[in-house]
Amino acid sequence: MSTSSENLSAKVDPPEIFYPGNPSYHDVSDVISRIVETPFGKGWYILFSISFALTLMLFGILAYLFWEGIGIWGLNIPIAWGWAIVNFVWWVGIGHAGTLISAILFLLRQRWRTSSNRFAEAMTLFAVICALMFPGIHVGRVWAVYWVFPIPNQMGVWPNFRSPLLWDAFAVGTYFMCSLLFWYTGLIPDLATIRDRAKTRFRKIMLGIFALGWRGGNRQWKHYELAYLVLAGISTPLVLSVHSIVSTDFATSILPGWHTTIFPPYFVAGAIYSGFAMVMTLSVLARTAFKLEDIITLKTLERMNKIMLVTGMMVGYAYSTEFFVAWYGGNGFEKFTFLNRAFGPYAWAYWIMISCNVILPQIFWFKKLRTSIPVMFVASIFINVGMWFERFVIVVTSLSRDFLPSSWDYYSPTRYDIGIFIGSFGLFFTLFLLFIRFVPMVAMSEVKNVLPQANPHTHASPEAEVVNE
Amino acid sequence: MSKQQAAKRPVEIMIAQFGSTADLMTAAKKMREGGYEKYDCHSPFPIHGMDKAMGLRRSPLGYIVGLCGTCGLLFMIWLTWYASAYDYPLVISGKPLFSWQAYVPVFFAITVLASAFGAFLGMLAINRLPRPNHPLFNSDRFCTFSDDGFFVSVENDDPQYDPQKVRAYLESIGGKNVEIVTE
Repeated sequence: MSTSSENLSAKVDPPEIFYPGNPSYHDVSDVISRIVETPFGKGWYILFSISFALTLMLFGILAYLFWEGIGIWGLNIPIAWGWAIVNFVWWVGIGHAGTLISAILFLLRQRWRTSSNRFAEAMTLFAVICALMFPGIHVGRVWAVYWVFPIPNQMGVWPNFRSPLLWDAFAVGTYFMCSLLFWYTGLIPDLATIRDRAKTRFRKIMLGIFALGWRGGNRQWKHYELAYLVLAGISTPLVLSVHSIVSTDFATSILPGWHTTIFPPYFVAGAIYSGFAMVMTLSVLARTAFKLEDIITLKTLERMNKIMLVTGMMVGYAYSTEFFVAWYGGNGFEKFTFLNRAFGPYAWAYWIMISCNVILPQIFWFKKLRTSIPVMFVASIFINVGMWFERFVIVVTSLSRDFLPSSWDYYSPTRYDIGIFIGSFGLFFTLFLLFIRFVPMVAMSEVKNVLPQANPHTHASPEAEVVNE
Repeated sequence: MSKQQAAKRPVEIMIAQFGSTADLMTAAKKMREGGYEKYDCHSPFPIHGMDKAMGLRRSPLGYIVGLCGTCGLLFMIWLTWYASAYDYPLVISGKPLFSWQAYVPVFFAITVLASAFGAFLGMLAINRLPRPNHPLFNSDRFCTFSDDGFFVSVENDDPQYDPQKVRAYLESIGGKNVEIVTE
């Protein structure tokens, strides 16, 4: 009977089409691999020159910093943590979206992530590199930075494992290594793809080394898939733990505005929020520059905008909770700190933060706006600015006016603070441009896996007919 | 044939191409039914349900990861105790010397780190990678496995290996472009 067969077929969801052009496997390999196989145009070289020049500027300022000491920054007492810590927290936060996309969305079987997980993960790695630089140089005596590691030494002293600053070193260091291993594991099959397409001897040898001799047999895939699942599983708590531990740098102190239990979840939500904004900025650029509209689809971007709307609301909720608790808690210092944030000498920073982080993302309630490429691009940049100011507000306003009015002070960055921050962008974009030049920026094997013809149970593809030759 | 040659027979692998994931899956089942042991199914991406079709057991990698993570955790518990309570005991804010609650973030980080290395290096070790050179790479056709090719390969150390028989069998289950690759 026709009705019963209709009922039966209605139970099976039709496979969702993620890539509307319905590309063949070969199309996918071709579109992605071609990017790293053909010489880049002038645009890439211009961008690379600018980024690399900024990186050199960064190295120059760092050399001067090592020679002269951190007195060249605008720090004073009481504001002993300035832009360097703001930048550290900001860059670490950006990394979190990459891990969320690659790990949490993988475990949740959100298969739309396949088009953007590779470069979101790369973004994580490069953002964490930029982040790790800041505490490293903030110690002043950089040659003693190895003291954070528990290495037996001639002084007979060990690091203090109770210190949140040490937790931080372990958490962020672990985060970097896990992200690197996860990223490389995902890369192996794709490196094999471009290895097998390589024409020159040099490329064959280099890619042969990096692809580790991948042969794509199911006896290999079996272990590979479990390794990928395990790495996703252990990266998932990292998304939540790393920024929680970063927040304890602040929360375990007794400073008003820092000493709160809301910090870990509040920092994690902010991290994911700013990270998605950065993924958005990079996705839109990569998509436009390399004509990847069929791979990084509007639907994917829209989903990311929805995530930004949600996390932006969480951040806004955290801001209001802080104010509520400052009032409800009845602590005079706490109350003063929050009024001072909104109406004190740093009110300008506070209101930039509120406008960019809470008010602006409300535009994503409207489908028209969240599916408009120019709107989302501009919004993502504003959100990143807002999230930078959030960290600035947290770090600087609390320090600048603590318990004793006689110790209050105002903080302004020097040109070296600004130069190092701009230079960290140079470093980030240099690494990112090298990445898109040499490494497939979309996970080809994962994209192929979600094509409808990849499902062996529902689809026998006519395109894959093999002819005896 | 001398004794040495017999012991160290040069590797010879027969490969056959298949058209789609569904074809490869059917072929995998037929290979298992045919009693072959040293065969593998190559594809550009992992195919869901293939392990069952080939009759493969679950990967032991989970135990390796669990072992590595446990070792990392135990090592870190020992190290924090040794550093803070034994080798250089230092009272900080009146806390007990081995105040383990404060060490939990470090325990967690090292457990995760050790597990991640276990997963990555364990996967490579079980798969016997890196192995940049392999007889299969001598076939240009095989090298499309990473693009859009689906292949079954049978190695000559399979007890049933006999070039004519294997070729006939591969063709009977729908394999195309059967060829033999050697070292």
